[in-house]
Amino acid sequence: MSARLLAGLSGRDPLSLERHVELHGPPPSLERERLLRELEAAGLRGRGGAGFPSAVKAHNLGRRRPVLVVNGAESEPMGMKDRVLLTRTPHLVLDGAQAAAHALAVREIVLVAPQGSLPLVAAALRERRALGRAPAEVELRAAAPGYVAGEESALLAHLEGRPAKPRVKPPLPVERGLQGRPTLVHNAETLAHLALIARYGAAWFRERGTQEQPGTTLVTVAGAVQAPGVYEIDLGTPLARVLETAGGPLEELRALLVGGYFGAWLDASDAHVQLADIALRPLGATVGAGIVFALGATACGVAETARLARWMAGESAGQCGPCANGLPALADLLERQATGRAVQGDADRLQRWLWMVQRRGACHHPDGTARMIASATRVFAQELSDHARRGPCRACSVQALRLPRAGAAKAA
Amino acid sequence: MSPKDPERLVLDPIACTGHGLCAELFPEQIALDDWGYPILDPETVPPALREHALRAVKACPTLALRLERARAAARARS
Repeated sequence: MSARLLAGLSGRDPLSLERHVELHGPPPSLERERLLRELEAAGLRGRGGAGFPSAVKAHNLGRRRPVLVVNGAESEPMGMKDRVLLTRTPHLVLDGAQAAAHALAVREIVLVAPQGSLPLVAAALRERRALGRAPAEVELRAAAPGYVAGEESALLAHLEGRPAKPRVKPPLPVERGLQGRPTLVHNAETLAHLALIARYGAAWFRERGTQEQPGTTLVTVAGAVQAPGVYEIDLGTPLARVLETAGGPLEELRALLVGGYFGAWLDASDAHVQLADIALRPLGATVGAGIVFALGATACGVAETARLARWMAGESAGQCGPCANGLPALADLLERQATGRAVQGDADRLQRWLWMVQRRGACHHPDGTARMIASATRVFAQELSDHARRGPCRACSVQALRLPRAGAAKAA
Repeated sequence: MSPKDPERLVLDPIACTGHGLCAELFPEQIALDDWGYPILDPETVPPALREHALRAVKACPTLALRLERARAAARARS
């Protein structure tokens, strides 16, 4: 199948404005009703992780003039897709921002991305200005470090010069966002899709993907595959085929982590399942931020889960009691189980705490962490009880998941 | 708001620092988790218990607890 978002890319250079216009034509400028109608008919859902319908977000704005924030922070450590979009085909994202800005009477656009991605976005903006195609004022801002810094209310706090921590909702950013103004926050990939929907229409968008989740999506394939990287995949593609797209497994696989660090472990025998929420939900997973991590059979799911739980605990904003206390307690417990030091009642305590931390934070960080751990207790049930009784296995030292230093900013 | 509108307890988890007074004053609908933070009953507050619920709300040293009409509270959760 041909690429949409990644069309025309070859080598490492970004797609020039000239080449971009050759491929896609000039930037679309639909009026409000028309764009919202196409978005709704297209069924576009946000590609930042939560999968919220994009048309609904715009509808919730009402008639107020919003600030548009392009969220390219991509704080998910394995995620590379927004960075790839912004550095290799920045004009598609800018077209999307421009189309949304035109339709919704936006005067101010703020684009947030890792520091290393900004120079290429700035160069793309200069290209557009030279050709008189600059969108409304675009301010470029470096993302704050930290896992929760990509959450939209944390992102807005950072833009206002405060610590990048989530706040309690409501009010939602569309009601009260940046400096109290209505604010539309869209993930960078979401806007790239919007740019194409505005050009080619909803019916075209729906030629790919599934009925419930139309379109293609960018997937970061990581771990034990031949060619880790970002691939454009039709939603609904079986996970096994996603892995094949990345060159196939390097070894026999034990499990897949799908969605992101807040996602869920799937047994490798479930690789026939489609990359689509409707197929993944029965297994406790979602497409999430479009990440598929392959865990080889030579690594240890118990040790990886314990390390990841500890890392997620360290990434808590520390604002809400159940998260600030519950995640470290869960990480301690998993470390005890992984190293054969489990104490009486730990198995029950684990289930109790997984239930106890959920839906009790200002953001979904504790929910996502609990979901990931709960999936591990299902997929690695046998290994967990083996470790609890016998201590670490030989594979425990492998460290397959890439876990940055706590609070570290993404390099690019 | 008429007192007949069904109301529900709502917590600001950032403002809450786990004093635990609320659970002492209104154990009918507030329990404490293993770290001393309140777990609220998602059901509406029965009118007969409204006085107790209000006492818990007023006792919170960080103003983290409030009573909201059920419809607004449901929206807060979504």
